[in-house]
Formats: sequence, C-alpha cells, structure tokens
Amino acid sequence: MLLFPCPNCGPRNETEFHYGGQAHVAYPEHPAELTDREWAEYLFYRQNTKGLFAERWVHSAGCRKWFNMLRDTVSYDITAVYRIGQEPPALRTSQPTTGMGMSTTRQGTPEGVQL
Amino acid sequence: MSTQQLKEHPEFLWHNPDPKKSYDAVIIGGGGHGLATAYYLAKNHGMTNIAILEKGWLAGGNMARNTTIIRSNYLWDESAAIYEQSLKLWEILPEELEYDFLFSQRGVMNLAHTLGDVRESIRRVGANQLNGVDAEWLDPKQVKELCPILNISDNIRYPVMGATYQPRAGIAKHDHVAWAFARKCDELGVDIIQNCEVTGFIKDGERVTGVETSRGTISTGKVGLCAAGHSSLLAEMAGFRLPIQSHPLQALVSELHEPVHPTVVMSNQVHVYVSQAHKGELVMGAGVDSYNGYGQRGSFHVIEEQMAAAVELFPIFARAHVLRTWGGIVDTTMDASPIIGTTPVENMYVNCGWGTGGFKGTPAAGLTFAHTIATGAPHALNKPFSLERFETGALIDEHGAAAVAH
Repeated sequence: MLLFPCPNCGPRNETEFHYGGQAHVAYPEHPAELTDREWAEYLFYRQNTKGLFAERWVHSAGCRKWFNMLRDTVSYDITAVYRIGQEPPALRTSQPTTGMGMSTTRQGTPEGVQL
Repeated sequence: MSTQQLKEHPEFLWHNPDPKKSYDAVIIGGGGHGLATAYYLAKNHGMTNIAILEKGWLAGGNMARNTTIIRSNYLWDESAAIYEQSLKLWEILPEELEYDFLFSQRGVMNLAHTLGDVRESIRRVGANQLNGVDAEWLDPKQVKELCPILNISDNIRYPVMGATYQPRAGIAKHDHVAWAFARKCDELGVDIIQNCEVTGFIKDGERVTGVETSRGTISTGKVGLCAAGHSSLLAEMAGFRLPIQSHPLQALVSELHEPVHPTVVMSNQVHVYVSQAHKGELVMGAGVDSYNGYGQRGSFHVIEEQMAAAVELFPIFARAHVLRTWGGIVDTTMDASPIIGTTPVENMYVNCGWGTGGFKGTPAAGLTFAHTIATGAPHALNKPFSLERFETGALIDEHGAAAVAH
C-alpha cells in the first residue's frame, strides 16, 4: 500500500485514490483539423516512462479533487505533488522526463512543493 | 565423508554461445514469445542463423510469473481465431517438442455473479460456439458438480449465478514450456544469448541493420521485439512509439495441499482466478495495479482484496497460507488486444501488448510473429492485430468481453 500526499488532505492510503494516467495531456486545440494519426496519438498513445513520471490522481474518497504527482515508476517513490494546471516543479537534481526517462535515482524534494 | 562420486551433471538443454557478429534475424526477449518465435522461424521458415537476446536469464520475466492458464474463449472473431489456433498448438506441442510440460486440459470456468455477467457470458458462449471454440453455459448446480469446493450459496456478496466452461482449456508448467522451446531452438541451431541487454539500434535511414548490446554490436537483417513490459522502451530507442502502458500484475501461491481443486476458476467481477498446480500449491492471480509500474511488484491491497474474494468463493481456503507473492510487468493496450506486426522501422517487427493474457498466446504469437518476420507481411491470424488499428479505428475491444478483468 502506497501512502499518497494529497495536496488538500495530507497523507492518505492509496486505496482512497484513483489513477488518471499521464499528466499534462491537453485536449487538441483544433479537433476538427486532426489527422487520423493525430487522433490516435491523442486517444491511445501515452508516455510509458521508466523512471520519474508526471501523472494524475484523484482523491475519490477524500476531497474528490484531481492533482498531479511525480512518481518514480521503478521504485514507486513520490517526489512531488502539485495542482492541476501547474507545471511540474523544477527539481534540484534533474528535470522530470516526459519521454523515456531512465532516471531511477531518488530526486531531492523540490522547493515550495507540499509533500 | 562419503567416497561416492557425484553423478555426472545431466545434459544441458541448451548451450550458452557468445554472440556472433551477424545474424539473419535477432529476437529481443528470451521469454516464451521470443522462444516460440525463434522456434517457428527455424522450423517453418528455415531461418536458423538467428539469435535470441535476453537481458536477464531465459524465461525469467512474465514467463516465470504468470498463472499458467490456457484458454481460447474470447468474444470477438479475431481473438477467438488466434487464441483457438494457440490452443490447438498447445494440444500438439508436447509431442512436437518431445517434452511433457504437463499440459493439463482440466477446463476453465468463468463465473457470472450478476445478471449482466450472465447475459454477457451466454452471449460469449454463443459467439465461441459459432467460432468452433468449445464452450458451454453451466447453471450453479452444474458449477458445483464440476467444482465441489465452490460456495454457490446465494447469501454471499457475489453469488455464483452460473459460469461459462471451456473443457479443452487448462494449465501447463510455464518453466517447462520455456525449456521445451529452448531445447528445440538450440537443436535447430538458434543461439540463445542470455545476459545480453540491447542498448541501441543501428539504422540505415529507416531500415534497421543492427543492434548495440551489452555484449557488443551485432548486425542483423531483421529484428523482432518480444519484450512485453519493456516493449515501448525498445520502440522509443528505435524511433517509434507504441500505445502501451506497463502495469504490475500480481499473483501468489499457497503452501502445498492435497488435490482439492479439479479445474480452473476465474471470476471477472471479483478479480480472482484460481487453479491448483500439479505439485499442490493453490495458484491465484489478481487484477493489475492501476498505476504504471516497472517494479515487478504491486500494492498489497490488491492481494488482500483477491484473498477476500477467494475465501468467500472457496471457504476451504480460509486456513491456507500465502507462501509467496510476486509481480510481473504487463504491457497493456487500450483495447486489451495484442499488437503483432510491422513497425514504422523497416525490417523491425513487434509482438507486444498481450497484457494479462500472454502465456496462453505463446504458441500462436510465435507462429504468427515468425511468419511476419520471415515474409515481411502478417499471417492471416495476426493481420487484424496491427499497430495501424489505432489509427484506422478497427479496434478489437476485448475489455470485459474476454472473460477476464483488466
């Protein structure tokens, strides 16, 4: 059982949350102009990062609010949580990778991020 | 001290050659699918100058971690065709590979717990029968007759309202399956190279010409990816994307017990599937953890919920102990169907996305993927499972339809 630091409620058990997958995937600005390939990218293609990953969670059994989290997909260490609409926080050691992140080292706690 | 000499070490089932400089094809991933692909490349297509590159040890990933269930009772025509071909191959492989890997056709039951389940199950039985897949609908009394240890009383949270049953389905010893394929591959001249991690690809324009590995550079005419949970990382290395999300999938075994469980029971609704291994352990699998993960372990609450469901369905298990739990990394797609076919990189082919159901598909994955690699075009059975389906929209939506929780 993982312990998640909900930005509104504090540390709570993983079972109170639901997963929302990769964070920062914007709805297409001009949906009518997308090619089939671009629709496929939007609907079916997501990053599958091994390492530090920016993802969405919702605290279904608590404040019921969505938030973003930086979590390592190998060690499952949680580095930061931040609100929807915010950019991922700058980390002391390295930037989160949105691609094929191979970083498995534990990141420093970022400044100004509630954990 | 005994003066008796130790016995000679039994013959090894395969050799451990050093990689050659060049092959006609390399398969990346020495699990069941990689081994089966190499076997059919050699046997059906005469390609014997080939190698399997495995970053760890042979069949140490999902091939050693699955719950060994084999069945073909999928809803849609495309799935029924490929999984039924797989089951037919399972039926002849022990003889063909000259290795008894204890394929036991003890049947698989998929329980229905709600009226919705009942309707969906009866529909699936009908679809299966039309596709030549053996399937029948059992009422609760018939369920009890087949599997007496199941609790069919109506005062439990998820009462058993019936089940679909596939008599030809069953289980096999997964390690032995891998060893059987490995021995035959070795006999046919395939190089099985363990501890050889692929670190990059060499391309000439859009065509792959070689692989960089932890054991040197290998040039090759063709590359087949069989890396399950790590497929999207290899694809990214090669310069294209896959619509794959990797999740932990957990399973567990109990200590050894007298034979009590005559068949395989799966429940979609309560996320548990149970069989009893030949040795006597109860083998149980759960649903995937919700989050992306490469850790080969998941969260304990998944196991806890699975055990609660198992004990309610099988009260006799209440005193059994969990001996060990583990996780594998499964490569899931959005339509819960595999991807077997060509890629945007010339001469590179991909077999992935089998998600929670890869073991049963091992022979058919090997057969169709070998055909795809050897001829450069898909076999009729894997044609619908192309990467392009995510663009054309011709998805094969087995979510929920496939008699399993995803």
